[in-house]
Amino acid sequence: MTACASYNFAYLDEQSKRTIRRAILKAIAIPGYQVPFPSREMPMPYGWGTGGVQVTASILGPDDILKVIDQGADDTTNAVSIRQFFARTTGIRTTTSTQKATIIQTRHRIPEAPLAERQIIVYQVPIPEPLRFLEPRESETRQMHALEDYGLMHVKLYEDIARHGHIATAYAYPVMVEARYVMDPSPTPKFDNPKMHLSPALQLFGAGREQRIYALPPYTRVVSLDFEDHPFARTRFDAPCALCGALDAYLDEVVVDDAGGRMFVCSDTDYCAGRRARAAGPPGAAT
Amino acid sequence: MRTREIPLLSAEGLTKFYGDRLGCSGVSLDVYAGEVLGVVGESGSGKSTLLSLLSTQLRPTHGCLQYCMRDGVVRDLFALGEADRRFLLRTDWGFVHQDPRLGLRMGVSAGGNVGERLMAVGWRNYGRIRAEAVDWLARVEIESERVDDLPTTYSGGMRQRLQIAKNMVTAPRLLFMDEPTGGLDVSVQARLLDLIRGLAADHGLAVVIVTHDLAVARLLSHRLIVMRHGRVIETGLTDQVLDDPREPYTQLLVSANLRG
Repeated sequence: MTACASYNFAYLDEQSKRTIRRAILKAIAIPGYQVPFPSREMPMPYGWGTGGVQVTASILGPDDILKVIDQGADDTTNAVSIRQFFARTTGIRTTTSTQKATIIQTRHRIPEAPLAERQIIVYQVPIPEPLRFLEPRESETRQMHALEDYGLMHVKLYEDIARHGHIATAYAYPVMVEARYVMDPSPTPKFDNPKMHLSPALQLFGAGREQRIYALPPYTRVVSLDFEDHPFARTRFDAPCALCGALDAYLDEVVVDDAGGRMFVCSDTDYCAGRRARAAGPPGAAT
Repeated sequence: MRTREIPLLSAEGLTKFYGDRLGCSGVSLDVYAGEVLGVVGESGSGKSTLLSLLSTQLRPTHGCLQYCMRDGVVRDLFALGEADRRFLLRTDWGFVHQDPRLGLRMGVSAGGNVGERLMAVGWRNYGRIRAEAVDWLARVEIESERVDDLPTTYSGGMRQRLQIAKNMVTAPRLLFMDEPTGGLDVSVQARLLDLIRGLAADHGLAVVIVTHDLAVARLLSHRLIVMRHGRVIETGLTDQVLDDPREPYTQLLVSANLRG
């Protein structure tokens, strides 16, 4: 597909992209620190990924191959719209394959297939401030970050255990970055938290409405917060994926009929499809 | 005793102007370890301004404030960095507000409230934090089965006792109290006063308590400061000030007290 001539490459004008790139560079220099940036109006509502789209638009080059996922799936409305948006405004190649992509924009999940050094993953972040629901004042939360005053974060986890008997936070599970900044890993399920630790890929986080960008450079130490007697535990699933039989993947519950029937399938559609294709054997080798 | 020689907290000429208006002026005082200092005076006399200055929540226009740290070094509090000041506020000091909603997190359980200071100083063991919280709730006469309840379900007197437990958990040496018995009924007040007196005596705690209730001042404090129009007009031992007031204003204040 060729680029739409009435827009600049990747929709944003070059000056805006430069501004956002400067914020990204600063964010990479201070892992986990939320860098303010002048968020632009994008042709989609806040909450649909305006932050991630601006970051992606600023780093896309003509040779990049883009993959966009929403809840791990390449075929949901949000993912399809953003992929088409960039295809039209840049003319670059898009893909659904995790391995082939150079830039992956995601709403929640980190793909199951391991990422590589040449890849960048861009997260769409609704609320970048991990302390927000405990301390509503922005002036105060900034001071708390500056002074590493993070006792409050553990109060939240304490409350979880007091109420539910275990740390019930299942997504947006707070992490400590390089033993300095507490960071909200966006609404990713805690299942994916360990994938952020020492990831070879560059991880960028964009929050459009809140006007913040933060980043994890490759091979950054990312530790999920916990208590000594209630350690961080990855979500476990009782059954394998109903389609591909994967035991190690994050599963979505899908309602299949009106009679209460349901099945659990991989949320990462590319991973699931790949596994099923391999199980069926190489193309042409079928009996 | 040697420790009595160096005051825990020492203020020199504390003055605070809000624009042109005077908050308090030229207040000098010493607080020694284990003593309860009462600050009395009518509304608007500068008591709360003084308390905010002493607890470093306000910066004075003039004057200095020194504190003897746990390691015995006397330091100028307003020269302290923000991080050190915060650390002091939540380990060596406590602040009990008149309105418990200011001192407590109303959306966090009682145990979480008491445990907050412990987690802030690095406790990372849930079982130990909870055990410590239950222990402190018992000391302020709150049953252990209420540990997971929100403070919103507590009565006024219980909230105030919870606030005290929250402050006491790090074994502070200095406690600031702003009208801790305000808005409580008389029998609840009496229990709370009893509790504060017991804690101060058991833990060798220094307390600066602001109150307009002379009965509270008489029961709790060893020494009294009487304030009017932002100035200290009389100081002395509590019984001396209340039974034999020197200043006309203090005489008025004492005689204005209703006797049942």
